[in-house]
Amino acid sequence: MMYLKVFLVGGLICVVGQLLILFTNLTSARILVAFVTAGVILTALGLYQPLVDWAGAGATVPLTGFGYSLANGVKEAVQEKGILGALTGGVSATAGGIAAAVTFGYLASVLFTPKTKS
Amino acid sequence: MRTLKQKKTPAQQEYDALVKQVSPKSEVPWSLVKAFVVGGLICCLGQAFNDLGEKVFMLDKKGVSAFTSMALIFLSALFTGLGVYDKLGQFAGAGSIVPITGFANSIVSPAMEFKREGFVLGVGAKMFVVAGPVLVYGITASVLYGVIYFIVQMIMGG
Repeated sequence: MMYLKVFLVGGLICVVGQLLILFTNLTSARILVAFVTAGVILTALGLYQPLVDWAGAGATVPLTGFGYSLANGVKEAVQEKGILGALTGGVSATAGGIAAAVTFGYLASVLFTPKTKS
Repeated sequence: MRTLKQKKTPAQQEYDALVKQVSPKSEVPWSLVKAFVVGGLICCLGQAFNDLGEKVFMLDKKGVSAFTSMALIFLSALFTGLGVYDKLGQFAGAGSIVPITGFANSIVSPAMEFKREGFVLGVGAKMFVVAGPVLVYGITASVLYGVIYFIVQMIMGG
């Protein structure tokens, strides 16, 4: 049952991205930026947490979930450390993902050569 | 492929009109279905990593979410390197761009492509062609939220 919710919500968030590609000609870079920013804003407004509670990875795996982690980390850090937390919270909460992306991304780029384009 | 300068026969013009009439109706929903299915499946894979982290490795809530991100990013970097992920991208569109695996793909793809420009300004710099803006806007938005949240807390609390 949980996996059905994950599939539905995750799939629908991707459909929003696909609609943006089809009807606005946004490049994938702009879509990723829009999604991460939307994730921060929706979390700040308290609208994203219910979706995460309901659909788990369906809401956290899309890039809006990265924005959710950033915003959530900031909120918790501000509660603990005050204004300093506004600067430390977001990156702290997403440090694992960012470090993994940089490290694995670097290793993959060094180890593999691009396939010839057909 | 025919060049634009060639004049089309009436039959071809008729065919073009038919294509124009038919394709938006059949292509658009189909690409949405593909994005939906592939995106949904990638999220299900993420949920499987969530369950693995929670039930097998006994991680706490933050550990689970970090573990899932790392696992998906690792797989995406690997399959981008092997040339598989970009094929999936041609099929799935946003279904492979929007999940966090698309973020990792956007790092590896340009970095690999520009390797011949060296390891510093080729790989090191091009990794962030897309990931850079994502981090800039994501982090800046979150810091702004933190400042606003802090001020609101002060007003409400004080």
